[in-house]
Formats: sequence, structure tokens, C-alpha cells
Amino acid sequence: MSHDSTIDAKGRRRRAALDWLFHSPLALPLVGLIVVSVLMSFASDNFFTVNNILNVLRQVSVVGILAVGMTFVILTGGIDLSVGAVMALSGTVAAGLMVNMGLPGGVGLAAALLVGTGLGLISGALVAWGRMPAIIVTLAMMGIARGLGLIYSGGYPISGLPGWVSWFGVGRIGIIPVPVIIMVTVYALAWVMLERTAFGRHVYSLGGNETAARLSGVRTRWVKLAVFGISGLTASLAAIVLTGRLMSGQPNAGVGFELDAIAAVVLGGTAIAGGRGLILGTLIGAVLLGILNNGLNLMGINPYMQDVIKGLIILLAIYIGREWR
Amino acid sequence: MLELKAIRKSYGPIEVLHGVDLQVRAGEVHALLGENGAGKSTLMKIVSGIIQPSDGQIFIDGKSYSFANYDEAIAAGVGIVFQEFSLIPGLTAIENMFLARELRGRFGLLDRKAMRKRAQATLKRLEIDLPLDVPIARLSVAEQQFVEIAKALSLDARILVLDEPTATLTPSETEHLFKVMRELREAGVAIVFISHHLEEISEICDRITVLRDGEYVGSSEVADISTDRLVEMMVGRRIENSFPPKPAPDPAAPVVLEAVEVQLRRGGPVSGFQLRAGEILGFAGLVGSGRTETVLSILGEYGSARCKIQVDGKEMRLRSPADGLAHGIGLLPESRKEQGLITSFSILQNVSLNNYGKYRQAHWFIDFKKELASTQAAMDQVHVKAQGPRARVDTLSGGNQQKVVIARWLNHQMRVLIFDEPTRGIDVGAKAEIYQLMRAFTAQGYAIIMISSELPEVIGMADRVCVFRSGGIVATVEGDAITSEQIMTHATTGRVHHVA
Repeated sequence: MSHDSTIDAKGRRRRAALDWLFHSPLALPLVGLIVVSVLMSFASDNFFTVNNILNVLRQVSVVGILAVGMTFVILTGGIDLSVGAVMALSGTVAAGLMVNMGLPGGVGLAAALLVGTGLGLISGALVAWGRMPAIIVTLAMMGIARGLGLIYSGGYPISGLPGWVSWFGVGRIGIIPVPVIIMVTVYALAWVMLERTAFGRHVYSLGGNETAARLSGVRTRWVKLAVFGISGLTASLAAIVLTGRLMSGQPNAGVGFELDAIAAVVLGGTAIAGGRGLILGTLIGAVLLGILNNGLNLMGINPYMQDVIKGLIILLAIYIGREWR
Repeated sequence: MLELKAIRKSYGPIEVLHGVDLQVRAGEVHALLGENGAGKSTLMKIVSGIIQPSDGQIFIDGKSYSFANYDEAIAAGVGIVFQEFSLIPGLTAIENMFLARELRGRFGLLDRKAMRKRAQATLKRLEIDLPLDVPIARLSVAEQQFVEIAKALSLDARILVLDEPTATLTPSETEHLFKVMRELREAGVAIVFISHHLEEISEICDRITVLRDGEYVGSSEVADISTDRLVEMMVGRRIENSFPPKPAPDPAAPVVLEAVEVQLRRGGPVSGFQLRAGEILGFAGLVGSGRTETVLSILGEYGSARCKIQVDGKEMRLRSPADGLAHGIGLLPESRKEQGLITSFSILQNVSLNNYGKYRQAHWFIDFKKELASTQAAMDQVHVKAQGPRARVDTLSGGNQQKVVIARWLNHQMRVLIFDEPTRGIDVGAKAEIYQLMRAFTAQGYAIIMISSELPEVIGMADRVCVFRSGGIVATVEGDAITSEQIMTHATTGRVHHVA
């Protein structure tokens, strides 16, 4: 009798686990992460070492931070193509202020954050009040930011930064790389905002049904402004990490990073039309992409071929995600 | 020419057409009449093969047909001009007329000359002159309609269905349309004409058929019937017992919302109304008469030419529904799925969507306990039947979804609730519940605006009724004057006051 009931309890727990596996938006990205990790560990003995994993996370950090802002924007049903260019501009401006104008480092970093957030807010205002499509506004902003960065720097990297800046890119606290700590902190804050505040609920409501949200009294324009501002802010945080790693302001950095960020968001299970998705999914998506990059490198695969493989894997992942529902 | 016998149409268990007959002769204009939702458009979609009847027969020239799709109906000589046009705005008149039936010349390329010739010939026959080479988005609504008609005729339509063609036309454009219709009649085309404007019926039509609630009511020669009798046939006598009793009017109740001057379009009519605490003000009128646009412009959601309002006697300008919420004015929109609910959210999240100001911790964070408790309370108040507050809203019935939308407004200090078509798509039992709720709200001092296209609902619920026509209020009736005949007469023949 008691024997039966233990089986029942076990069965129920198993069914609950299965239920979770089928219904949580995190389930599929996690399965993908595990599958890819296992494959990579077969392909290379070096994969499952603490050093390599920390290395992967460090490599992931720039795109991972960009993808946080991108998640906010995509959840509202928008898109931000300007993050790579805005990141490059922010980094270049910070470096320029420190190196060429001799301003204190704090001013440089603050300027980077201001530039990124400011450009994000401009995009947001154009989308919300100008009623222009986000894809066009941020495409234009991508060109503008990239051009401004090249003009400001004359097209050359700005190097000669004070040594402490490298702390943001390659420093460590204990064994944990600083960029990883920054990334995890950003994700934690984003999680709190999305899951625990009214603002977060409003972000989801916009992607779910903007008309209904507006008619019920949500200030939808301000929410749009805010998500693009957040995307600009995370782009400039990524810029600080990148500048620290490269020890220079690179006007040509981050080309195509917006696509990697979008890929991370989508691989993480967020609906491209908005309304559904979790910030933790984006983290998984970004790490998944990083492991792919790392693994393909360890296997010594031709970099051009790596792009093809990554593209195919994204297609496959989206297809499976669709069939799963 | 065209004969329909005992046409029935069901959607699932709900039958919307209960055996309708219709006979249209060659060379006549036949009016199809009935209130909103009487089944006219459904019937015409069946005639043109867009939907299939559940039962019944279609004869054309004595031959029985059953159309699987629109193309088969076209082949049999049926042409239809929809209420919403099916034209592609970016293409020219010629390109639209030959869409998907383009004439091919050498090498399979388009034979533009031949298409132009054919189009010109058709338009000339109708004595219509319109630019052929500009995108039709730049043509007037009337011209677009002529393109639709020409398109149908270029497909050799012998039976032409015009679904409310005059709804958006100016008087002179309507006159031109009638001229074209008369020419087609001479040419032996059978025309089915749907219109709510009764004076047009006597002007252009030869015979009429009336539908009511999906039933065939009768047919008659236009010459043999009076407008009064027509209205009576359309409205009928109905039992109205699901409505709670109306309280005695309180003339001393304060005016909570006054629309001083609302003008939807430049040059259109200017109108206004007063809304008192504790009353239900009905907005009646035909679809497209400007009722929804009026409330949306009050809430800053529709760009009207002019909108002057007072809330509690103070002049006010609301720039968005969020401002409306701040001043105690809430809207329960017409279409719950598209405008009311976030379908990916749970009941809880839907109800609390605009309530977060009320349950915050440390200013920024949601107090989940308070959120759950107050949502549960609001759900209980309106009797939402669901598994629990965390159930998904898209699993609920129409009535329960509407209650969720209502519940959203209950945690606020609201004074005005605007119900747009509160019982559309809701079953009878839930309807009665929603009526009870509305009365309970007015008893608590809420003022309600109820936009409704269902006359019995307006008559059963409203303390006063503003009747809309062509973008403005043409009459306000109250007390015993709220009758179907009064409302329908104003809605179909009322005069609007045009102010520059």
C-alpha cells in the first residue's frame, strides 16, 4: 500500500517535471544548451574545463549585455538594430575624452553611458511619438552612430588609455572575470525590472496587445521610450567592457553584433513579435551562441564555415521551437 | 434571375440564418433591408460563394448552383461590391480591375493596351470618367466604388450586389451612383442593394426584402409600402424581459462628463451631450455613424477636428486613455480580443494591468499578495467563472472575458464607464448578468455610456439615448420616447447640423 503511494508520488513528480519541460519557455533553450555542450565536450577534451567555461562566459559578455536591452525592446514588439553601432560610438567617445582631451576616466565612462542612453532615447522618441517603425528608425540610427564614431575618431582606433580601464575587460575578482560579473549583474537587474515591477508588466503588455494596453490606460509611448533608452544604456555598458578588453576606442567595433544579440534573444525563446519570453532565456541563448563559437574554434573549423553553421543552427532552433508548441 | 430558397447558415451550434428566401429579377434594383446583424451581409456572402450555406438552394436563371468559392460565383455571373473595398490601394484602376485576371500578350507579358481598352469601354458604358493611371488610393471613395463596380462588370456580372455603397458617399456622389445603377438596370442587370438610408430605397429601388434576426420577414413592391411599415418590419416586436428595471431619473444628479463640442471630421456635424451620475446614456445609430469615434476622441485616442469636453464642470483635454483613467473615465472597447485583452496574459495580469499604482511595495515593486487579493475580489464582484485568477484569458467564454475587462476598472475611483457593444458575441445568460452589473454600477453612482447596435438592448437599458447619424448626434430621446421606431427613424432619416 505504502509502496504504491511512493510510486504515485514519484510518478506525479515525474509528470510535473515533464509538464514543466513542455510548458516553460526556458525548457527548450536549456535543452539546446545541454545538447550543444555535450556535443562540444565530445569534440574537444578542453571544453569542460573551468578555465574554458569562464573564457566562454567572458567572450559572451559583450553580446550578452547587448541582448538584455534587445530583450526589452523585442518584448514590446520592437527591434533595435543600432546597438552595435551605438556601442562603438560610446566606446570611441569615452576613449577620445580620456586620451585626446585628458579628461578624468570617470568623465569618459559617464560620457559613454550618456551617449548610449541618449541615442536610445532618441530612437525611442521617434518610434513612440514620431510613429515610425522601429526597424527603420534604428537602421537609420545604426548608420548615424557608426558615421559619428568614424568622424569623431577620424577612422582610427583611439589607444593609449589609462591602464585601469582594462579591468572592465580582462580583470578578475577571484577567478571570476569582471565582464562576467557585470553581465550577471545586468541580467539580475533586468530580471527584477521585468518580473517584479509594474513597468515590466507593461513591457509585456505592449508586445501582447498594444491597443488593449493603451486603451486600458497604460502609457504605451513612455514604455516604448524607456525600452529603447534601456537598450542604449546596455549598449554603452557593453562598450565599456569592450573598450577595456581592446584597450582602445574602436569606431569599427561591433559590426553585426546587433544580429548576434537578436539571435541570442530568439534562441532564448522570446517571441520576435513580443509579449512572450524570459530574460533568463536570453542569457541561455547568449551562452549557447558563445559555446558554439568557442566549440567550433576548438575544433578548428574554418571561420567562414562557422557562420554558415551558426545560421543553420538558429534556423533549426526556431523550427523546433515552433513545432514544439 | 436570382432565387434563393430556404438558406440556412450555422456557425457551430449557433444558427444565424434561419431559412431565408430571396428573389431578384433581371432589370430591377432590389433592396435588402434589416437592422445591424439581421443577416444581410452573411446572405450576400453566401450568394457570392465566400461562405457556404448549411442548407438551402441557389438558383440563377433557373439553374441550381452551389459555389465552393468566390471565383465560381463570378463565373456564374455574380459580382459583389463589399462594404470594405477589396481593392489594392497602390495599384491603378486598370490594374485593380484585372487583378489576377491580367490579359497576357506576347511572351506572356502583360497586354496593357488591351486591358486599357477594355477598362475604358466598361467605364464609358457607365458614363464614368476617372483617372486610370494613378494609384486608386488617390481616388475618392466614390470613384473607388465605381472601380469596384466596373471590375465586377468587366467580369460579365449579371447579378450585382452593392453592400451599403452609399454609407460613405456625399449626396452628389450618391446621385451619380444612382445614375449608374439606373443604367445597369436598363441593361438588364439584377442589382441587390443594401442600405440603411430609407429615403434612398424609395428613390432607387423597385422591390424590397426584409430580414430580421436571420429570419425572412417579407418582400414587397416599394410602391406598396410606407416608411412606417418598413421600420416596423425591420424592428418587429420582441420580448424584453432580461433587462433590470430602470430607476426613476434624477434630474438633480450632477453632470460628470459633458461633451461641449465634438466634431469628428472637418466640415462634419458638431454635436455634444451631457452625462449624469447614475444614468445609462445609450449611443444608438448604424454601424459607422460615429459613435465609437466620438468616445475615442473624448479619450484622446481618435484625431477629431474638434473636441471640447468638461469633466465635473471643468474644461479638460485628455491626451490618451491613460489621462482618462486619471480622471476616472474608462473604456471597455468594442472588440475584446483585439482591443480589450492581452490574450497571452492570465486573468490576474489582465485585471491588474492598469492597477499597479494601487499595489506597490517600496514604490517600485509589485506587491503580489495585494495584487492577487484585489483581483480575486474584483473577479468575485463581477462573477467571473474561471479555474482561478491564473487561468489564461483565451480559455474563457465571451461573457467571462467581458467580465475580466470590466473587473479591470473596479479597483479605481472611476466615475464614467464607457461600454462599447457590451454584449456582442455573448450568450443570453451572460448578457443578463452584464445588464445587472451595469445597473449595479449606476446604483453606486457610476455614469455609463453604452454604445450598442442592438435596439432591444438600447431600449431595455438606456435612461436616455443619443441617436447618431453620419458622424453626429441627430436626436436625444428619453423616457417613453425611447422606442424602436423613434430610434430607427432618427438613425436612418435624421438631419445632421452641419457647421463649418
